[in-house]
Amino acid sequence: MRYHAGDYQVIVIGAGHAGCEAALAAARLGCKTLLLTISLDTVAYMPCNPSVGGPAKGNVVREIDALGGEMGRNTDLTYLQMRLLNTGKGPAVHALRAQADKFYYAQKMKETVEATNNLTLRQGMVDELLSEDGRITGVVTHTGATYKAPAVVVTTGTYLRGKIIMGEVQYQGGPSGQLPSLKLTDSLLDHGFQLARFKTGTPPRVHRDSIDFSQCEIQPGDEEFYHFQFSDQVEPRQQLPCWLTYTNEHTHAVIQENLHRSPMFSGVIEGTGPRYCPSIEDKIVRFAERPSHQIFLEPEGRDTAEYYVQGLSTSLPEEVQLRMLRTIKGMERAEMMRPGYAIEYDAIVPTQLQLSLMTKEVQGLFTAGQINGTSGYEEAAGQGLIAGINAAQFARDRDPLILDRSDAYIAVMIDDLVTKGTNEPYRLLTSRAEYRLILRNDNADLRLMEIGHKIGLLSDERFARFLKKKEAIEREKGRMRTTRLKAEEINPKLSELGSAPIADAASLEQLLRRPEVSYEVLSALKPSPEDLHPEVKEQIEIQTKYAGYIEKSYQQIEKQKKLEQKLIPEDLDYGVIKGLSSESREKMSRIRPRSIGQASRISGVNPADISILMVYLETHGKRSVANA
Amino acid sequence: MFSIHMWIVFELLVSYDRMVMHMVLNGQAKRKVDRLGENCMNHFDTVAAIATALGEGSIAIIRVSGSEAIPIVDKIYRGRQRLTAVDSHTFNYGHIVDPETGEAVDEVFCAVLHAPRTYTGEHVVEIQGHGGIVAVQRVLRLVLNHGARLAEPGEFTKRAFLSGRIDLSQAEAVIDVIRSKTDMAMKLAMSQVEGQLSGKIRSLRQKMVEMMAHIEVTIDYPEHDVEDVTTQHVIAEGRQVAAEIDRLLAGATTGKILREGLKTVIIGKPNVGKSSLLNALSRSNRAIVTDIPGTTRDILEEMISLRGIPLNIIDTAGIRETDDVVEKIGVERSRSAMNQADLVLFMVDASRPLEAVDQELLAAVRHYPTILIQNKLDLPRRVELQELRQLAEGMQIVETSVATGKGLEQLEAAVEELFLSGGIEGKEGTYVSNARHVALLEKGRREMLEAIQSAELGMTLDLVAVDVKNCWMSLGEVIGEAVGDDLLDQIFSQFCLGK
Repeated sequence: MRYHAGDYQVIVIGAGHAGCEAALAAARLGCKTLLLTISLDTVAYMPCNPSVGGPAKGNVVREIDALGGEMGRNTDLTYLQMRLLNTGKGPAVHALRAQADKFYYAQKMKETVEATNNLTLRQGMVDELLSEDGRITGVVTHTGATYKAPAVVVTTGTYLRGKIIMGEVQYQGGPSGQLPSLKLTDSLLDHGFQLARFKTGTPPRVHRDSIDFSQCEIQPGDEEFYHFQFSDQVEPRQQLPCWLTYTNEHTHAVIQENLHRSPMFSGVIEGTGPRYCPSIEDKIVRFAERPSHQIFLEPEGRDTAEYYVQGLSTSLPEEVQLRMLRTIKGMERAEMMRPGYAIEYDAIVPTQLQLSLMTKEVQGLFTAGQINGTSGYEEAAGQGLIAGINAAQFARDRDPLILDRSDAYIAVMIDDLVTKGTNEPYRLLTSRAEYRLILRNDNADLRLMEIGHKIGLLSDERFARFLKKKEAIEREKGRMRTTRLKAEEINPKLSELGSAPIADAASLEQLLRRPEVSYEVLSALKPSPEDLHPEVKEQIEIQTKYAGYIEKSYQQIEKQKKLEQKLIPEDLDYGVIKGLSSESREKMSRIRPRSIGQASRISGVNPADISILMVYLETHGKRSVANA
Repeated sequence: MFSIHMWIVFELLVSYDRMVMHMVLNGQAKRKVDRLGENCMNHFDTVAAIATALGEGSIAIIRVSGSEAIPIVDKIYRGRQRLTAVDSHTFNYGHIVDPETGEAVDEVFCAVLHAPRTYTGEHVVEIQGHGGIVAVQRVLRLVLNHGARLAEPGEFTKRAFLSGRIDLSQAEAVIDVIRSKTDMAMKLAMSQVEGQLSGKIRSLRQKMVEMMAHIEVTIDYPEHDVEDVTTQHVIAEGRQVAAEIDRLLAGATTGKILREGLKTVIIGKPNVGKSSLLNALSRSNRAIVTDIPGTTRDILEEMISLRGIPLNIIDTAGIRETDDVVEKIGVERSRSAMNQADLVLFMVDASRPLEAVDQELLAAVRHYPTILIQNKLDLPRRVELQELRQLAEGMQIVETSVATGKGLEQLEAAVEELFLSGGIEGKEGTYVSNARHVALLEKGRREMLEAIQSAELGMTLDLVAVDVKNCWMSLGEVIGEAVGDDLLDQIFSQFCLGK
């Protein structure tokens, strides 16, 4: 029996990393928001690796923080270990990565959700989407509860028609022993969506006390105190180490002998898996020449004995997994607490979305996270935040927030998804960004806080701190430009650092551009009159040292922006534009790019088509309006 | 973003822009007050391109458009007055001179047109030269080396739209022309690109993508047991790449195709019509080198530009004097002439049955790119076509009557096709004859040198990677390969990653 269960402005389906960010954003923007989840016990749950961040992904977490989202804060509150990776490779690729306490993380996030105004958290599995005349109107749960709202965000993760596969064993299920969502797929199909079938997997978990850590290499956290938030309110946490060991020929032999029982090779799995996280059986087949592979042993939390066996993702039968584990050094007596498994799930083809993450087919319907073909908690959270913001904007009849590829990794990801689609679960990599030097870990606040504040998610207090920082950076940059050091003042230091001496005098800025010279060295000689925050010093160092490259990137961005700002009317009929190649016409009609810039990124659309499109737009009075 | 198949539409651009120019010059353009264009226009840099189709027409025009157009051309122009000093809408006679060597490259008229009454709405200089492929490309390269960027396909016209210089009906007419020319342009470009240059660049890029994948994987997977890329490694690999690009560019700047043309021999028995053919080809095609001061006169009559392809007819003097290389020096001498040849034009007299000497020569040319010409078809045919086909297996056969001029066009088409299909290969390495390719290769080399320099200065990998990637993209543009997912493909196939 269906019954009316309530009216909301925004409904979010699924309370994973996308769903939590979406619901929190919508509620914080003042919308009456409902967050529905299959189980209240798995809010913000991490069914796979217990970590947050890393290259590109860590930048996303900081971007979320700068926009006023939750993932950075929640990680800082709960982490087990924090490391800044890639420190030897330059600031553009510095990457903050936390080992997460997955139980504490989930608990804290649930607390935040529960404590947020305008936000109702409720258990319920959505079976059906309701719509009228191409507009979403609400959802119906499996118990018949009917909730109404003008905006709905779907974040089903791997639950949609989820299927667990482990050797010959397979059953319908969500991750980590959860229920799958079986009926919602039909409702999406009824609404005309094209779906894809993807696959991912997870390794087994073993009992801490069954591991001989003395046989493994210790991987401690950084001694320096790092955190995701741009804030001075973060408390350091006691850190736990991870451990490194390796597979060997015995491990590989066990896998080889049982390859015929692997669903990957027996053809049971139909979903497309990601190339960047192949199962161990995949790895030993594709890279047969490698005698061993790294295995990281990572604690899943402070108050649990479970250890995650990173590097051993597998869908081999349970008993093979155990035999395989016990061939590994330090794991000879391993007790497996949960087996690894592969999971297949439905996703929607993301080219059916707009850059706002609203579907083109159904007004007011948004999707975010794994349902859009991505993988990873950070990717999910980044999309969830944008979808939540834009659902709230839609519900309040306001323009969507659309970030540019030069603003954020989040935008790179969304643009890639909706413009090019993906034929495997999409993971963010720094190499996907054309402006990697701009989208740094250190400057997410400078890139995004103004946007976060303007949209209404970033508090006035945090914004005030940001403005103070920004002004201090400008002041100090000015001082660096105008303060000069004479040859006799700096040359001894330069020769000590192995840098060529100067002839006469040079500004601090000129000196800092030299790779050998650091800000610390210069400020020791000519200190700033102010007591500068470390974040300010970091900016001075990076912005000065890399000024040439950064400037080049900005020039490219400027050039491209002109194209991004030439908007294409949503209702443009590509069929009447003479001269377009049929491939371009078909693709542009389907993808309906928002701007000339986006159109030029569609594969198969060539510059002649772009010129023709521009001619048409210019001459038919449907001119684009600069999106100032 | 616009790198996708830029080269394909290069040819296209030529006709596209030319047509618009005609419209504007014919006074059909209705001034439209445009808004967007004027906002953007100031930001546009100065671009240049050849605005006439290769090998057509009696003059060649290089169009330079943008705020710096006049000073840039002025740097390489020597005339009565500086171009920066002349009035708008004037034609100025002078020479284009390479400022480095002082050598005069072409005798030109420069039309100086100040904004906004130009067809792009910007400052424009149009350099009208003699149109030989060599001279035109050299002039374009000089312009590019002195501060202009090569125009993107359709860019002049795009600027014209944006500044409101053409209206709807004209724009649509232009589009029809573009589209109808695309297939042809694509075909030509494809055939060229399947040739040696693209092969070389592909293997170079493959080498680079392996290095880049290695850099990227150490960045994106910092904890994987992949050995870190050292700057030494980047420097060593980078130097190899730069040297390889240098070799390609050396082929472009000093390569014989530009310097000397394709070495071509006309072979055939006495009185088959060799010198008549040479005369006919010279008459109907512009001589590449004219009596511009600083160029040599003695090669004038040997160098012809056939549909934009420079041909250097070897031993012309010999043919002229005796009209008979074979008679005088025999088959052996012909063979040695052939040995230097990039292209053999082999003539038989179709009005007489094949003789032993024909067969002997035919056997000798078998291994050279050869076009077989059956001449004297104004007379009754006496040659056995079937026999000829057998002997000339694999060769293109054209029928001509040099005396009446019949069939010359087919001959030219055959030479062009053979050239564009890569059937004619240079003996001194890969030809890079296209100024756009040269410009991109030079850009790529600069970028790689910057990468090496950064690495040597101890810059971090994230910066070095930027230059390496730029170089890789520039090389990709030469062969029309856009930046796609091939880097990611390489990362995942080269390295074993996973959770």
